Amino acid sequence: MASFWDRLFGRTSERESSAQAAKRRLQFVLVHDRINLPPDIMAAMKQEILDVISKYVQVNEDSIDIALHPSDGSSLNLLVAEVPFTKSIVAPKPDIDEDDDLEEPTA
Amino acid sequence: MGGKVVTVTSGKGGVGKTTSTANLGMGLARLGKRVVMIDADIGLRNLDIVMGLENRIVYDLVDVVEGRAKVKQAMIKHKQFPDLYLIPAAQTRDKSAVSPADMVQLCNELRKEFDFIIIDSPAGIERGFRNALAPSDDILIVTNPEVSAVRDADRVIGLIEAENKGPARLILNRVKMELVRKGEMMSADDVTDILGIKLIGIVPDDEGVVSASNSGSPVVLNENSRSGQAYRDIARRLTGEDVPFMALDSGGGLLAKIGRLFGGGR
Repeated sequence: MASFWDRLFGRTSERESSAQAAKRRLQFVLVHDRINLPPDIMAAMKQEILDVISKYVQVNEDSIDIALHPSDGSSLNLLVAEVPFTKSIVAPKPDIDEDDDLEEPTA
Repeated sequence: MGGKVVTVTSGKGGVGKTTSTANLGMGLARLGKRVVMIDADIGLRNLDIVMGLENRIVYDLVDVVEGRAKVKQAMIKHKQFPDLYLIPAAQTRDKSAVSPADMVQLCNELRKEFDFIIIDSPAGIERGFRNALAPSDDILIVTNPEVSAVRDADRVIGLIEAENKGPARLILNRVKMELVRKGEMMSADDVTDILGIKLIGIVPDDEGVVSASNSGSPVVLNENSRSGQAYRDIARRLTGEDVPFMALDSGGGLLAKIGRLFGGGR
């Protein structure tokens, strides 16, 4: 946390310091180093996740990003999949049961 | 089982492993302990010159392992400390000349007569590292607060755990407090957070370390040096003594001191 004196002396923490960057980057790379998942296994997992998601939404395969992230406080690491999609393949039903129930009183 | 085998290792080279080994060996000898140091970096002999013993080598580690010399013949006695010895590395051979089993056997013999057997591991994670690790009771990892050194230290910690050794403790070497304060160097807390092991010492970057190596008289013997003090403290911790960590933030200029006074700092 930047104190008044830190700010006065230009030692603000608004920008990430190089020490913080070092720590953040190390924590990221060490998740990969420690789990030691071979690239072909990682690629197979990525493909399988993609196959499942593609059943429901249209996905651009090139923009999918699956990465391991260090834990944020808890002891577990995270597998984060960023999957930008364009539109759903399964068209949403116009009338879903719950909606019907809700709309009944006004109808 | 007698004496304790302490292995000093790092993964990455050039982080101060040999310097730390020399200082801890002398630090323990200063406390009256019987100490023998083994340079396990076969082919790249260094511990002898850092300790000022380079002119007295006759036999080396490989001569002992291959039976050409008795252990006693290869041990070089330090002039200043009569209970401090060095078994030097061979200079003309490679790491395959010694096996992990050879090291275990040698150390078991040495345990009977010494309180501490300190092994200077070579850099890397291959045979030489395995040799240094095999007989260890206690493992010290030397690293610097830099991304490459910390990453390699993590790799070595993983290998140590896989061998059911450890837990290793960390010597964070070449810490520049001025840079840590400015957020330009990782702090000891940052590094222990990342590596998940306990700290046994923080050694500040100190010009005295190089000049001490230059003269073959390790900095631990310099009563006025802060890094010497850090090594004296680590040596005491190795004997099981509970020594508080010294405050390292007394450096810096007057303005920095005033700034810390008001701002709290770290």
